[in-house]
Order: sequence, then structure tokens, then C-alpha cells
Amino acid sequence: MSRPGRDDSPDRLYTVTQGRSRSASDTPFDLVTLVVAECEPTRGMQSEHSAILRLTQAPTAVVEVAAELRLPVSITKILLSDLHAAGRVSARHPYTAAVPDPDILEQVLVGLRNL
Amino acid sequence: MDSAISDARTPLGASADNGLKIVVVGGFGVGKTTMVRSVSEIRPLNTEETMTQAGETVDDTSEVRGKTATTVAFDFGRISLDARNVLYLFGAPGQERFWFLWDRLFSGTLGAVVLVDTRRIDDSWYAIDRLEHHGTPFVVACNDFGGARHSPESVREALDLDPEVPLVFCDARSRESSKQVLIALVEHLRTRIAGHAAPPRQEFV
Repeated sequence: MSRPGRDDSPDRLYTVTQGRSRSASDTPFDLVTLVVAECEPTRGMQSEHSAILRLTQAPTAVVEVAAELRLPVSITKILLSDLHAAGRVSARHPYTAAVPDPDILEQVLVGLRNL
Repeated sequence: MDSAISDARTPLGASADNGLKIVVVGGFGVGKTTMVRSVSEIRPLNTEETMTQAGETVDDTSEVRGKTATTVAFDFGRISLDARNVLYLFGAPGQERFWFLWDRLFSGTLGAVVLVDTRRIDDSWYAIDRLEHHGTPFVVACNDFGGARHSPESVREALDLDPEVPLVFCDARSRESSKQVLIALVEHLRTRIAGHAAPPRQEFV
């Protein structure tokens, strides 16, 4: 199985992001930010954008989008930032804190024990 | 091909709104992917991150012109914990280049599982050193490959492990066993928070 991105020509990656190799350094997208489509794909839309909108009809993590699109995470974040800026997807960012919230840890424990 | 992948997807519930991360680190062939697979609700997926010379984590861009990109591939799986919390479990290679991408990929991670093959304990030193450097809490899990069982004391000694770092033995092929490793990690996190990060309580006079 080929890995996403690795066997693609760099040209393809260059093209999908119109030459950008990184999104703004303040991109809020984390690997596990859950992305949700806010609209349907439309005709003429960039194919990667359409694919993302189809994938994210249910909440889908950035890393899952990258894996399904077979694109590196950083390229995926650029595409997601574009869609987010256009209001086409919403983002549910993880609750991050320097120290994890004890309530969340408790919920994680309960969830794991119930597996 | 793409449609086959899409058909196999198991969507999250509409109320899912908090993604959490736990990273399983270990040397080649130690069973990271096996552990991810045994507890994941989805078939483990694979993706990668690349740090090019234009990457924001490279400070001295003038010095790295023509440098080949650092590419790190990793597996991941998913566990829906409840209606809102979704735990993503990442299997990450312990090799040196991987750690350049640690902050970008795994900042905000709950913690890590260092998966150890007791026949190749030395493979784990570097990962433990890096996790300590990054201040990431972790547990050490020895994957049982059969053969001579090492005593916890001998493993602790070989890894020069701090006494407060939990050490567990597991079978990464077993869902129940892998689940217990994750529970050991989260209980360790809870203990740490209760131990030294508790905010001073307001006294009522």
C-alpha cells in the first residue's frame, strides 16, 4: 500500500494548495480537530474541497481527512483552512490545556472501562 | 479504491466535539500497530507529515536550502468514548527524525505509551529520554512476545525508570490487555494532576 503523499509528484501537492506549503502559522487546526461540513459540494469546486465536504458530513478529525485524501497533514490543513475561511466547514477544536481537565480524564476512564 | 475506503468508514456521532490524543511510541516491530488495531473501532489508517525547508518548525531557513524534507508516517485508530469525547490513538515510530515533528503533531496529547520489547530494551531509551524532554507523561508497557518473562524490577533497572512511572506487562494483540494499558496511563495522569498540579484550595473563614 502506498502512503499518502509520498508517491505523489510534488507538483500535485503544489497544485492543490496553489503553491502554499504551509498555512498561516496560527492555523488552529489540530490533528484531532473535528471538522463538519456546512454545505454540499458544488460544481466547479476544487476536487479536494468537494472530497472534504463529502467526508465531513459527520464530524471527522483532520488526521482522518488527511488519510482518506492521501495527503500530508500540513497540506490537508491548508485545504481545511480555506474551507473554514469560506464558511464551508466548521471546526470543533479539542479542549486543550497545559494540564488536562480532571473531569475530562474521568470521562476518558469511564469510556475506556466501558469498552 | 477511494469509494471502497469511504464505504468502510464508520462515521462519528453528530455530537462528537472533543478529540483526544494518546501516542504509542516504540521501536520497529514492537507492536504499535497491533495495539492500535486491537482497541480501535476503525481499521487503522496511515498518514504522514512532512517538514520541508519552508516548515515553520525550521528556524534557520537560510541554512537548509536544498535539504530534503523530513517525512514521518504514522498509523492511527479511533475509540469513541462517549457522545462527545473521541480518543485517537497514534502509533508513532521512535526514530530520531520523528521527534522533530513531535510538537507539531502531538502537542496537547494526553500522554504516551512506550511499548517495549524486553528482548530489545535498548530501543526504548531514546523514546523515554525524548518524552521526558517534552514533559509528556507516559507509562511503559512491555509487550509479551513469549520467552523468558523479565521481572518488573529488572526492566525498571534496565530502563532507569523513575519510580512514579507505571510499568505494565501486556499482550498488544489483546483488546482487553491493550485497554488496560490505556487505563493505566489515564490513571497515572489523574494521579499526577492530583499530586502536584492541584490548585491551592480557597479556605473559607
